[in-house]
Amino acid sequence: MKTLFSELRAAVMVTLVLTVVCCGMYPLVVYGLAQTLFGDRANGSLIVDRAGVVRGSRLIGQGFAASKYFHPRPSAAGNGYDATSSGGSNLGPTSKRLADAVQERVAAYRKENGLKDTDLVPADAVTASGSGLDPHISVRNAGLQAPRVARTRRLSVEKVLALVRQNTEGPDLGFLGEPGVNVLRLNLALDSL
Amino acid sequence: MEAADWFQLVVYVAALAAITKPMGLYLMRVLDANGRTWLDPLLRPLERLTYRFVGVKPDCEQDWKQYTVAMLIFSLVSCLFTYAILRLQHLLPLNPQGFGALSPDLAFNTAVSFTTNTNWQSYSGESTMSYLSQMVALTLHNFTSAATGIALAAALVRGIARHSVKTLGNFWVDLVRVTYYLLLPICLVFAVVLVSQGMIQNFKPYTTAKLVEPMKISVAKVDQDGKPVTDKAGRPVMETHTVTEQTIVQGPMASQVAIKMLGTNGGGYVNANAAHPFENPTPLSNFLQMLSIFAIGSGLTYFLGRMVSNQAHGWSVWAAMMALFLGGVLLCWHSEAAGNPIHQQLGVAAADGNMEGKEVRFGVFNSALFATVTTDASCGAVNAMHDSFTPLGGFVPLFNIQLGEIIVGGVGAGLYGMLVFVILAVFIAGLMVGRTPEYLGKKIQSYEVKMAMLALLVLAVSILGFAAWAVVSSWGLAGLNNGGPHGLSEILYAFSSANGNNGSAFAGLTTNTPWWNTTLGLAMLTGRFLMIVPIMALAGLLARQKVSPPSAGTFPVAGGTFVGLLLGTILLVGALNFLPALTLGPVVEHLLMLHGKLF
Repeated sequence: MKTLFSELRAAVMVTLVLTVVCCGMYPLVVYGLAQTLFGDRANGSLIVDRAGVVRGSRLIGQGFAASKYFHPRPSAAGNGYDATSSGGSNLGPTSKRLADAVQERVAAYRKENGLKDTDLVPADAVTASGSGLDPHISVRNAGLQAPRVARTRRLSVEKVLALVRQNTEGPDLGFLGEPGVNVLRLNLALDSL
Repeated sequence: MEAADWFQLVVYVAALAAITKPMGLYLMRVLDANGRTWLDPLLRPLERLTYRFVGVKPDCEQDWKQYTVAMLIFSLVSCLFTYAILRLQHLLPLNPQGFGALSPDLAFNTAVSFTTNTNWQSYSGESTMSYLSQMVALTLHNFTSAATGIALAAALVRGIARHSVKTLGNFWVDLVRVTYYLLLPICLVFAVVLVSQGMIQNFKPYTTAKLVEPMKISVAKVDQDGKPVTDKAGRPVMETHTVTEQTIVQGPMASQVAIKMLGTNGGGYVNANAAHPFENPTPLSNFLQMLSIFAIGSGLTYFLGRMVSNQAHGWSVWAAMMALFLGGVLLCWHSEAAGNPIHQQLGVAAADGNMEGKEVRFGVFNSALFATVTTDASCGAVNAMHDSFTPLGGFVPLFNIQLGEIIVGGVGAGLYGMLVFVILAVFIAGLMVGRTPEYLGKKIQSYEVKMAMLALLVLAVSILGFAAWAVVSSWGLAGLNNGGPHGLSEILYAFSSANGNNGSAFAGLTTNTPWWNTTLGLAMLTGRFLMIVPIMALAGLLARQKVSPPSAGTFPVAGGTFVGLLLGTILLVGALNFLPALTLGPVVEHLLMLHGKLF
């Protein structure tokens, strides 16, 4: 009984000590280092316009629907790109709801980008991402949207494609992951032309 | 399955192999109460101070019962501590979003979940947890549940390596040393590296951004009481809203994510876990996170070899793990790359594979690799939604968990789980040649085998029992997000994940209800503690034995024959336990998908 009590005391004390070290000192040291070394990133890689208004984060996707903008992937975060409720659709491979949605999105994608009924649509353009906040679309997806954006904005397709290339990120170190076009950055670049 | 992806796989395995020996050697020092490390000048005073404060004599070792009791008491106390914080969240500081207290069942589920190194999440982090809850209530367990797992593995290995003694080490010393010398220093560096990739670490309230293009969304209309309005046909009436702002999550994320990965915890800061662009910003951060999940577990196999003076045995265990790992990766990757034929018939490019629930920056390969790694280990972090994987792609994580997460495994838990299979394999080999089975000079007799089987059967009974209960009850079916065989997979996955202390999910299942929170909480406790007790009894028994010298009949525990026998044992036990259930879930769904059947 006596040993049991001393073990109980040890458990309480260890919990307190480790709380101070692991949950107090440790995150504060990381906080100090992060803010000193990578202040911009530690605070969310925010994009601020000339008027000082925050327009978003370089890492977090936003919804776009107008013809003059590149469109991001479908999003299952809240009602779409709601950054306070990240997540995927979690619909499975044999889900009728998912298949219906894909069918609708394929038709819409072909129509707005002037594709034929036999043209294959990039998978990322008609599926929701895991986070619902995916900032990227695939390079092929951007390439298929470029003529539409160029036409609406009365720009040459080459000019738009050059911007697409400038806003393509990855692969990291030349081999890790897939290249992706950052839609928010690309659209802001188009607006500032 | 392109060349560039194969190259990434090779780099990953090579990197893992390269860190295994240094990690193992470092573990030798950390897990020796008098071991010296280059961090001693900094940490030794802190360690001594801690012992004095706690009232522990570091030289005083414990037998298996004392060791286990200390571990259980500590788990209970720290679990109650977390429960209290979650229930009192609204009264505590560092809550800029003003989140309320968690309900009793959710707080129970979450406290148990983090104490058992499961990190199942019935809640969505960004809309539930204050900064204090994230940083203290949850992060504390990220450290201590990992350190506890490593301590237990060390105790079992000591039991195997020692002979004619009763003691296995001191739990408090192992807990403190692992936390101070192993977890904290690596996490400190790792967290800052993650911030360099774009992960956040601050204490600001959430940021409001003005959208570049205001977004029109269609939402269900509600009346004054907040009830949805329906038309004559009973369909919800929709109305259009214009959204002009986006609320961007902030907070101390990097410090929590570093230990979440290294300690194979897996509990996300935000709901989307490592799929979220803040929680896993780049393919490089993704690579480092995957490497950190396996780092300690892999190093522990080297530690095993070193401790028992049979390095070939350590590497053989590692090789068996890698064989199962590669098998899983290839099946999952192949299935995801082949994609969904139903969607391809609708006009989706087949070459892109299955992208539902995946991020562009990771693509099919890195999503499949991450899913395999996180379920081989008992991590449970996800960078893609397993619920939306193809049937066979989702089969891999599910089966990995059901095998007991012994493929590298959770820190510590993977090794002690694997050693149970090693003992079983040696026992079967002994039966085949008609000799008394021996493992590294220790006789494996009826009591040892009973304890090993008990540890395995607890898992199977609990997974299948709870899943069967959920399938025939209304509360179980109420949470489903998918119909048909995929619904069964969702339930099976939930209880496998809880019992296996994994924490990943087929996340369409809604589990934040009193029934689900309670049953999953019980499954997590069963999977952790009812498995640990027989294993610690086994450790105590092995430590007391004398060593008998190897004879002509001793089965060698290194080399190809041993690896083959070990793999056979693992797959046989796993298949016998779970194949019937898996056939009704992912296997049937795969066949139905090929025929274009929808639910």
